[in-house]
Amino acid sequence: MLNAFIGGICIGLGAMLLMLVNGRIAGVSGLLYRSFNDPRRHYWALLFLAGLCLGAVIHLGISGQPAPIFAQSLSTLLPAAFLVGVGTRIGNGCTSGHGICGIGRLSQRSIVATILFVGTAFVTVFVHSGLGGL
Amino acid sequence: MNLFSALIAGTLFGFGLAFSGMTDPANVIGFLNPGGEWNPSLAFVMLGGLAVTMPAFQLLIPKMEKPLLADVFAEPSKATIDLKLVLGACLFGIGWGLSGLCPGPVVAGIAYLDRDVVLFALVMLLGMYSGTWIIRFLPVSE
Repeated sequence: MLNAFIGGICIGLGAMLLMLVNGRIAGVSGLLYRSFNDPRRHYWALLFLAGLCLGAVIHLGISGQPAPIFAQSLSTLLPAAFLVGVGTRIGNGCTSGHGICGIGRLSQRSIVATILFVGTAFVTVFVHSGLGGL
Repeated sequence: MNLFSALIAGTLFGFGLAFSGMTDPANVIGFLNPGGEWNPSLAFVMLGGLAVTMPAFQLLIPKMEKPLLADVFAEPSKATIDLKLVLGACLFGIGWGLSGLCPGPVVAGIAYLDRDVVLFALVMLLGMYSGTWIIRFLPVSE
């Protein structure tokens, strides 16, 4: 659990740095959409996203741990991916933008959004595992 | 320079995601499934993240006139809790619960060059563009 907490601090530091230096919220869903939609104005967002990959590579290199296994079938993953995309676009954010940054800003919208997506995720796992999935 | 700082911020963020185990969907599902062998790590990740962002956003940033390398703090000003927010968060929660994946770990996870993560990222983008289209039919609030 210590690794989770330390990793969380690194995530928080990354989010703080982006706001402190670039004046931007580190919300991955929004950055991804904008850097695809209008890349010329969002090079900084593309570099942040490239950094996410780079960070994962560095961790892979120094930890010596194998890469995670994505065990679920595509028939589950792809509809899930679509819902994650639609939901974060309509709801203006995901775990990073609403969760890590928004709650830190004490934004009421983000607090409500986080309670809702964590709550529906719990219910979804309950239903999905209860039906013999996963 | 501001591009370089965005890269460093992203690298810290991505390293943190991997170090905390959040790029592994099994850890996320393990948290969301208290009926199984409960894995509380996601809660510790949130606590660690908020332990930095909460004081930063509440104490440090308000004291600054502007960011170090930009003209303004681009913080969202919208305050209404509307249908879009509620519907979007719920749809996202369903997708997150089904897969154990949310946008940060998906983008970081592309580094693992796993076919499934790349496909997930592409379909997620398709979902985002569909979301842009769906928004047109939802009531507008200020």
